[in-house]
Amino acid sequence: MDSRTGDGPRAAGARPATVAAPPASPATSPRPVSPRAPARSMYLLHHLLEPNAGYRRLAAWLEARPRLRRLFTAAEKGVKQEIFGCRMCGQCTLPSTGYACPMTCPKQLRNGPCGGVGADGCCEVYPEMRCVWVEAVERAESQGRPGDLLRLQLPIDHRLWGQSSWIRYWQGRDEDLWTDPTRSGMEP
Amino acid sequence: MTSEMPDARAGLPARAAGQGAPWATSSRPGTFRAALESGAFTVTAEIGPPRGADAGAIARKVAPLRDWVAAVNITDNQGASVRLANWAGSLAALAAGVEPIMQLTCRDRNRIALQSDLLGASALGIPNILVMTGDHPRFGDHADAKPVFDLDSVQLLWTARTMRDEGKLLSGRKLNPPPSWFLGAVENPSAPPADFRAARLGKKVTAGAQFVQTQYVFDAAAFAGWMAQVRDLGLHERCHILAGVGPIASLRALAHLEQGVPGVQVPAQVARRLRGVPPDRVADEGIAICAETISELAQVPGLAGVHVMAVGAEHRIPAILRQAGLAPMLATGRAGHAG
Repeated sequence: MDSRTGDGPRAAGARPATVAAPPASPATSPRPVSPRAPARSMYLLHHLLEPNAGYRRLAAWLEARPRLRRLFTAAEKGVKQEIFGCRMCGQCTLPSTGYACPMTCPKQLRNGPCGGVGADGCCEVYPEMRCVWVEAVERAESQGRPGDLLRLQLPIDHRLWGQSSWIRYWQGRDEDLWTDPTRSGMEP
Repeated sequence: MTSEMPDARAGLPARAAGQGAPWATSSRPGTFRAALESGAFTVTAEIGPPRGADAGAIARKVAPLRDWVAAVNITDNQGASVRLANWAGSLAALAAGVEPIMQLTCRDRNRIALQSDLLGASALGIPNILVMTGDHPRFGDHADAKPVFDLDSVQLLWTARTMRDEGKLLSGRKLNPPPSWFLGAVENPSAPPADFRAARLGKKVTAGAQFVQTQYVFDAAAFAGWMAQVRDLGLHERCHILAGVGPIASLRALAHLEQGVPGVQVPAQVARRLRGVPPDRVADEGIAICAETISELAQVPGLAGVHVMAVGAEHRIPAILRQAGLAPMLATGRAGHAG
């Protein structure tokens, strides 16, 4: 069995750059990404992007124009890749994960961390990186949003990779991404 | 084993699925569930299938445990290394007279194969399924493999529960007849983020987990702290919780657990005890520590039992349980914690 590169001292709270080390298998395993923007500003920004009649019309208009849609999608990808390491799954769940992207988890877990997180919060597959779910829990809790993490995130539609999730979101097509917050005695 | 089966399994639903499987055996489905529901301190053990085409290896490992455990976990290519299939190992355990808990990981199969394997397990009379994400291929003997992870463990639990309770696939297509199994999940109480682990178990329970087995517990006091959070959420009443335990058989195994197994932490005092005895006494000391841990865990309120992982030393499990003060389970429920 392979081993983690050891339990040597790791700078507490360090936010390693996403480009630090070469990936073990770039084609098949995503690398965890620590978001490059504070959680607070992301929640604020979210208010600006909330669906309204204007956005809905814009999304429908873009969708009907393939070249503009491609341009818009490329711009969305550029921004989200830079901040979150977005891989364009097309079904963005960032608002419910403290704006840390679960699709950058090597196991692409959308419902919480695996059991292999290191004692210092490192990823089991890339021990030099922090677990995205450790980030997600910290960020959501820091903004008073831990309840978001209890939502049951449903299986994703793999046909949507590469598509704009903003266009989908503004048109209300993201509503089946999760079930109602999983209640029954689980609130803190 | 059969003769001791109580008729009072009345609480169990009639099993439409899996009845009349040609290899139906001396073991009747429902032993594990009945033991948990009886409130007895329940013991399960982990069995790793062989690297080879030998079903007899399972029978040989399972046979000495027959009177001691309510069920055996049959792992699913554990550590991401190729082994005999989980379903085949489960059938071999059934044939050897012990009820299997078939482990099923998300690592190697997409949602089509997962649902198909779930149906197959029910049809062949495998009564318990344990769902988990699975170790990353990077840790196994085929590090060059493509990881699948189409569903995560919570999604797979939810999928299985929907198949069973609503009789339909993820696609919405109807299942006739629907499958039936007792559904389990895993949790690692000692891994970060510490304050999210109990809530995460809650998520799994809501998704469909009826029992949970944990990663290795070496620190019973720390585990009791996690169990307090679990009780605060009322999860011990919605789900049977078994703590994972296991003997550390050698200093090499200790070094491996300390460095090579994701999510496992060996407390310093355990390592000190093992390193403090002569080399020929390490295995016995490991067993003594494991037995002490089980005795301590038996006192934790809300805990349903223990899951013993003694890979490569399965034959020593009865000795561990005896040393922990537990009497044989005889498959029908333990008389009580004797120690």
